[in-house]
Amino acid sequence: MADIELLPHNVPAQSELPELIEELTTLNLGPTHPATHGIFQNILQMDGEKIVSGEQTIGYIHRAFEKIAERRPFYQITTLTDRMNYCSSPINNFGWHMTMEKFLQIDVPKRAQYIRVIMMELARISDHLICNSILGVDSGAFSGFLYVMQKREDIYEIYEEVCGARLTTNMGRIGGMERDLSSTALRKIREFIKTFPPVLREFEKLMSRNRIFMDRVINVGPISLERALSYGFTGPNLRAAGLDYDVRVMEPYSSYEDFDFSIPVGQSGDTFDRYNVRMEEMWQSLKIVEQALENLPEGPYYADTPEYYLPPKKEVYGNMEALIYHFKIVMGEIDAPIGEVYHAVEGGNGELGFYLISDGGRAPYRLHFRRPSFIYYQAYPEMCKGSTLSDAILTMSSLNVIAGELDA
Amino acid sequence: MLSNQEVAEELLGKFGDQVYDFEEPYGLLTLSTTREEIIPILEFLKEHKTYQINFLTDITGVHYPDNTGKEFAVVYHLHSFIHNFRIRIKVFIAEADIHIPTTTGLYASANWMERETYDFYGILFDGHPNLVRILNIEEMDYFPMRKEYALEDATREDKIDALFGR
Repeated sequence: MADIELLPHNVPAQSELPELIEELTTLNLGPTHPATHGIFQNILQMDGEKIVSGEQTIGYIHRAFEKIAERRPFYQITTLTDRMNYCSSPINNFGWHMTMEKFLQIDVPKRAQYIRVIMMELARISDHLICNSILGVDSGAFSGFLYVMQKREDIYEIYEEVCGARLTTNMGRIGGMERDLSSTALRKIREFIKTFPPVLREFEKLMSRNRIFMDRVINVGPISLERALSYGFTGPNLRAAGLDYDVRVMEPYSSYEDFDFSIPVGQSGDTFDRYNVRMEEMWQSLKIVEQALENLPEGPYYADTPEYYLPPKKEVYGNMEALIYHFKIVMGEIDAPIGEVYHAVEGGNGELGFYLISDGGRAPYRLHFRRPSFIYYQAYPEMCKGSTLSDAILTMSSLNVIAGELDA
Repeated sequence: MLSNQEVAEELLGKFGDQVYDFEEPYGLLTLSTTREEIIPILEFLKEHKTYQINFLTDITGVHYPDNTGKEFAVVYHLHSFIHNFRIRIKVFIAEADIHIPTTTGLYASANWMERETYDFYGILFDGHPNLVRILNIEEMDYFPMRKEYALEDATREDKIDALFGR
């Protein structure tokens, strides 16, 4: 009798227990999952609802831009930059133009710089608007997205008025803008400044202090400042972790030093902080657009760089010199100087860098794009480790990973 | 504000003739070093009390096929947020011995940047935790960014360089 061990009444005897096998589930999040908002894959190891580890597979839309750029004349590279962060193409376009201008030491007239600032800040607004409203969609709040979508459409209409395209804008030229702001464009920008704040305020009212939304995003996918820096975070994601690094302020380009704006920072680097930083940045961008429009200087909208700036068509037909330059530019017969340059702009997602090496030919010898998404997306498995799948989706959404920028 | 002169002198004092080819294209301090010294230099800049050059902006590769014995360059861009100071460090390596130590021990962000450089140029980063292709397919058996792989179909005659001013 002494040998028999008494078992609690609801536990079956040892021999009857099925053998427990600890097994992890492999889950493919992507490549075409609706929450990735682009083509990239996350292979997650799941323990029930919890993520144990993850690995990303990227490169699904790799288009070898850096290789293509080695064959293209400098002015044709702008179209490649469009397709990187396609939510804010004008920033990429101007980033490339400014790299070339720095390289060739071209002074761009103030008016062109201000027009660029206006377009870049509108692009930033549309980028952040999409990121934040999609974050809402991914957390189950669909209506906010529908409210603000109209405003992104308005921004795209402004693009259309300024450069003729909506998504892949190819805006501006080396040396300035391809054309001046038309009266329609000016009217549309003024209209946007007036109609945007109520919509953004409504969106804010709907989301920012919404208890359900806050419970969903606070402490989701946090990253410490130290880890964020080690992972090469820049832009809103770094600022959410608590460092006020912004290329616009640190190394002002295109007359950003003329404008009065502040840099919002977060503290914990979680999804809510990233959301709030983007939200505040939109207000600041709007402030910059207002200032730039108010103080828009008169004068030329392109620099006197006949070797790189296509002459107006009217002059090509009536002026020998313009015809020669037109021919030389289009046929790619302009040799650039020898040298190397690195230029960075504050893209929608952070420091967008262009590293150009020229051997004096018609095309770059080497052109490397520092794509912020590509660099900070590495941190994703670390950020969502131990969280649930639904939280991991919000983390990804708030990082604003753009597939085009990821793969280049 | 940190000056290029100051940092260059400090590096020369610490590493002597292991750092060379100092340049300042467009104001950005550029220098070259050997692959034996790259990790100590990055570590030195990162741990330096006043400089704090502790942000890795970028790693990339360049191919110079005509530069015998130094066919490949690995280029590091570093940034100090405290002083808003950038520095570019180049390491030239030979095609016959295409190895360089990894910087993943210092910067987590180096992981994918080195994988990308490997993917494009075949540069082997010794000690990298997972050195596999990142953007191209794994079955690819060449390194596409090397200069010997022309972008256009080499057999075409209507697109020769001479017709395009090169």
